[in-house]
Amino acid sequence: MTTTTAVPVTAKRVGPLTALQQTMTLAWRSLVQIKHNPWELLDLSIQPIMFLLLFTYVFGGAISGSTGDYLQFALPGLLVQNALFYTLSTAIGLNTDITKGVFDRLRSLPIARTAPLSGRVVADTFKQVWAFALLVGFGMILGFRVQTSVAGLLGALALLVVVALAMSWMSVLIGLKASSPEKVQMIAFSTMMPLTFTSSALVRPDTFPGWLKTWSDLNPVTHLADAIRGLLIGGAGDVTRSALVSLIWAAGFAVVFAPLAIRAFRSRV
Amino acid sequence: MRYAIQAEGLVKRYGETLALDGVDLAVPQGRLLGVLGPNGAGKTTAVRILATLLRPDGGTASVGGFDVWRQAHQVRSMIGLTGQYAAVDEMLTGVENLLMIGRLLGMSRADARRRAAELLERFALSDAAGRAAKTYSGGMRRRLDLAASLVGRPQVLFLDEPTTGLDPRSRTELWSVVRGLMADGVTVLLTTQYLEEADQLADDIVVFDHGKVIASGTSDELKATTGAQVLEVRPLVADHMELVVRVVSEVVGAAPDLSAGKAVTPVRDPATLPAVVRRLDDLGVVATELTLRKSSLDEVFLAITGHLPQESSAADETDLARKEETFA
Repeated sequence: MTTTTAVPVTAKRVGPLTALQQTMTLAWRSLVQIKHNPWELLDLSIQPIMFLLLFTYVFGGAISGSTGDYLQFALPGLLVQNALFYTLSTAIGLNTDITKGVFDRLRSLPIARTAPLSGRVVADTFKQVWAFALLVGFGMILGFRVQTSVAGLLGALALLVVVALAMSWMSVLIGLKASSPEKVQMIAFSTMMPLTFTSSALVRPDTFPGWLKTWSDLNPVTHLADAIRGLLIGGAGDVTRSALVSLIWAAGFAVVFAPLAIRAFRSRV
Repeated sequence: MRYAIQAEGLVKRYGETLALDGVDLAVPQGRLLGVLGPNGAGKTTAVRILATLLRPDGGTASVGGFDVWRQAHQVRSMIGLTGQYAAVDEMLTGVENLLMIGRLLGMSRADARRRAAELLERFALSDAAGRAAKTYSGGMRRRLDLAASLVGRPQVLFLDEPTTGLDPRSRTELWSVVRGLMADGVTVLLTTQYLEEADQLADDIVVFDHGKVIASGTSDELKATTGAQVLEVRPLVADHMELVVRVVSEVVGAAPDLSAGKAVTPVRDPATLPAVVRRLDDLGVVATELTLRKSSLDEVFLAITGHLPQESSAADETDLARKEETFA
């Protein structure tokens, strides 16, 4: 081995193209794991699929009169729930890197400071798309039908991805601050569960008591679920309005959590 | 002389705790500095500052002439870092871990692949190259971790307790790897709790305790600082121990310690040994062991700090909690 440096010492910082290449390398790193463990992606999807089966066949008849009707209603809501849960995989991945020391190794390399973060977000966006496809596919096997169009389907996917990206700022913050990956999972569970259950994601809020109905109307998950449902199966309600409200919520989330996350990241970097 | 690593007056606080209390370090190019000290002495904090991971609260540090904070990027292109716990992605295979680093360092796919194969070969990991790192043993993970820090051919290498938690065989293997690196002219800063390790590898040693450098020099110089050599006498017949103690006490002027069938005492006068030999011979006592040796680093550490290096000092360090889970 010679002692000449492989990297020229003259480079003072990383150019945008190099930064992009590093982002893609780190995204590859997160995704190549799927090759070794294709079911890893399913781990996070198993819960929504279980919900899908339980809700459809256990409660479906009672809630909607028939399991088929309920499946049509609930699948869009489960897609939302799944996407929201999935944003926390960014937090879990980031936190695992930090606790295992991989984060420090990456930080000691002459790479763009943002690459470890952006690489993960790119990979997680890809996983979001995968999970969406998986759930819709599984739903279709059970009898779910997209009643709008391919454009509606793609629109639903795009909306979910955009909202998930905005939410991932919160995820990054949690990932940087939490003391262990298990804590992240606990935080995820105790916030996402009540949030999705008190929305229109899984049931029509018509039968909620007044106070809960008031909350449910405010709950961003309700708007997102209504928008996704409208985009997939059409029907009553103003889809454009629901989608817009969802996007405004997403923007709000990004505005609040992006600076916090960046500050936490800076103090780590 | 040009210093590859230089630090002056480094200070780092964690709340009330002063992790580093004005540390000076200087490592000439191509040398290996052993940083010796108990848990919580500030070794890891110093390494993290030098490896651009942590901002010092006071003082300056440079690696290869670049300031570790203001010119962090240049420093990063020169250094390799291996922490106390193997920082490898457990879900990736050995070769993928190294490929990732190579690609991040701007190598082409082919170059990164070649470099990965080279390093895996060198660290006897070729057979395990295609297996996920989570299936590796502790020693294999450490070797992969070290390989990862060498992908970019660093000029300066930080090894933070590279053998903590390793079995003796893996430890010896790692030592020979480090010796190989030194032969290549790499400058190394190695922290350790093991005196033997510093003794085996280091050109120079600094001793940390409570965030301060309390002693420095070559291994021999440090051993000489206690001013003493150690005389050990083991009689052939156990009953002769009393005579041995009497002789040694008379010649040295102080009663020796008795440990494991030996009379042990520090001596300063080189004439002590022949005197003891003559007196024992006169009394007809046969010694199976009669040695005058330099004091071990353990004894040096004890003499300087008042405690042995394995005993943790009171100061807290951020990495303490992590250390427990390093190896199963």
